[in-house]
Amino acid sequence: MLGPVKNIKARALPLPGDDIDTDRIIPARFLRCVTFDGLGESAFYDERFFPDGSEKNHPMNEKKYSGAEIILSGNNFGCGSSREHAPQAIKRAGYKAVIAESFAEIFYGNSSVLGLVCVTMPKEDIAELIKTAQAAPETEFELDIENRSVKAAGKTYGINIKDTLRTALINGTYDPLAELMKNKDKTAALNSKLPPVSYSL
Amino acid sequence: MGKNLFQKVWERHEVARLSNGQSQLFIGLHLLHEVTSPQAFAMLRELGLKVAYPERTFATHDHIIPTDGLARPFKDALAEEMMAAIEKNTSDFGIRLFGIKDNRYGVIHIVGPEEGLTQPGMTIACGDSHTATHGAFGSIAFGVGTSQVRDILATQTMGIAPFKVRNIVLDGKPGRGVYSKDMVLAVIARLGVNGGLGYAYEFTGSAVDSMSMEARMTVCNMAIEGGARVGYMNPDETTFEYLKGRPYAPSADRWEEALAYWKSVASDKDAAFDDTVKFDVSAMKPMVTWGITPEMAVPVDGNIPAASTPAVKEALEYMKFKEGAPVKGTKVDVVFIGSCTNGRIEDFRIAAEILKGNKVARGVRALAVPGSVIVKEQAEKEGLDEIFKDAGFEWREPGCSMCLAMNPDKLVGDQVSASTSNRNFKGRQGSASGRTMLVNPAMAAAAAIEGAIADVRDFMEDK
Repeated sequence: MLGPVKNIKARALPLPGDDIDTDRIIPARFLRCVTFDGLGESAFYDERFFPDGSEKNHPMNEKKYSGAEIILSGNNFGCGSSREHAPQAIKRAGYKAVIAESFAEIFYGNSSVLGLVCVTMPKEDIAELIKTAQAAPETEFELDIENRSVKAAGKTYGINIKDTLRTALINGTYDPLAELMKNKDKTAALNSKLPPVSYSL
Repeated sequence: MGKNLFQKVWERHEVARLSNGQSQLFIGLHLLHEVTSPQAFAMLRELGLKVAYPERTFATHDHIIPTDGLARPFKDALAEEMMAAIEKNTSDFGIRLFGIKDNRYGVIHIVGPEEGLTQPGMTIACGDSHTATHGAFGSIAFGVGTSQVRDILATQTMGIAPFKVRNIVLDGKPGRGVYSKDMVLAVIARLGVNGGLGYAYEFTGSAVDSMSMEARMTVCNMAIEGGARVGYMNPDETTFEYLKGRPYAPSADRWEEALAYWKSVASDKDAAFDDTVKFDVSAMKPMVTWGITPEMAVPVDGNIPAASTPAVKEALEYMKFKEGAPVKGTKVDVVFIGSCTNGRIEDFRIAAEILKGNKVARGVRALAVPGSVIVKEQAEKEGLDEIFKDAGFEWREPGCSMCLAMNPDKLVGDQVSASTSNRNFKGRQGSASGRTMLVNPAMAAAAAIEGAIADVRDFMEDK
């Protein structure tokens, strides 16, 4: 399942606005589950549907954006709860990357482990990309992780990506479990030195 | 330059550096609940792994549990499935579950401290963003996702990069009606919901020094609402006094050794910080949120701002509030007192003080939900439950309840709630159009009596 992620070529979904929190990404009632299966269908549910199930005016409901794999959004994306259900829902709804002005930290960490690419760009650049996607939804965006850029409509923009994430994506090592398991002995040594096993200074 | 607590604790817990540059951090205490753990256990089973250090792992159930009776199976089949899963998973993997059977369950961030599991100088992780609560003891505590729950179960470690540290100085004596909830809301209102991005918040100052552990936990709990994944305070006599005699606190023969360790992790007098921001607590007033993020807050005598930005406009449209209107007098339909933010014994004492001899306004539904069985029993011992019930509150069983409404406790339609919880996001309290106004427990009690946002200081003058 794990593979290097270097490059994403896809259409984009504009999702303007700041502080899009995890309760909006996946409302708490959908967390009543013991697997992540099926969360994709519930992504942004209350933003997309009225209580009676009829559609609200939301980009994800617009045919012209169907098949988009890159989300374009604002500041502090993914704030709120630590629920991994949020990036799981986004990923299972078919998205591979989120480009935003900034990300809440826990969401960012949770996404990274799943290989859901989170990169940031300045407000003005995102506004331009959103305009491009709105005016011509068929535009292909090329997110180049290695070269830290996004190309769209003949223009190239710089992106910010943490070195730790960039390296992990390129090498396909964004799920750290195998590496963590290698340091079993060091971990055991530390365990015996730390509270409440030991309070030694 | 000396070191701050964050640096000291991090250094002691770093196992190695990972190839991506992150620290492999040892987690001293891993707390589990029923919502974010089942998938992690499924991953362990799939990989054929065991829990590496079950003795450092503790679980309870809080998010989905009904608060009006515990007859099994639960009416909600999905909730029952999750309960059954945490019971089976903890039993299969040898993890202590504070469950229904031994009657010591509750909100995980209330159970950890009251059992004495939460201690200074520890690293603490839990699949819940409000894990920062435990930082009140001088631990580095943060929320993690389910994949990291898996990592910690399998290795007792996780990959994470260190944070910068911002010293938030809370100096001064709070005026009447101002509690630690108001202080943290004021901090968030000034620094913003993403002001803490990349930072741990170290809370210091005379106001922190004189706070009870309960009040301190409220502040650290909401660090994450200001974007800081970690919030903490230095351990002191108040901390040590709280811990003494708790079930998992060090025994008498190890107490001195523990005390020396705890004192050693406190920030040095000349500790360096990446940033410092000062607040004068004596100038603060009870706070009320009017919008859809916790930074959208004003003092109770303040007005809702003008719709001059898209964010305010969006918030006012959702809340159906008028720009420029006074926040005081806003009608409320529901009052909720509880949660990991304000569901501790002190919170119920504070609210009861206001409620005593008063009645909940006609048409208002008022819920008091103790944070744990121990909180509930203590409150009942003090007769607080009678005060709540006499006033017209529902006195319920422990759980997260209407803070996030994963159980049957929900707002209906576009009801407005005055809530002591931590988030006023759209749809947070269980109705997609429900509206939340965050307040301290005394303000919540006053709102229940008045049927509207009221200035609790008016209620205190009579006393």
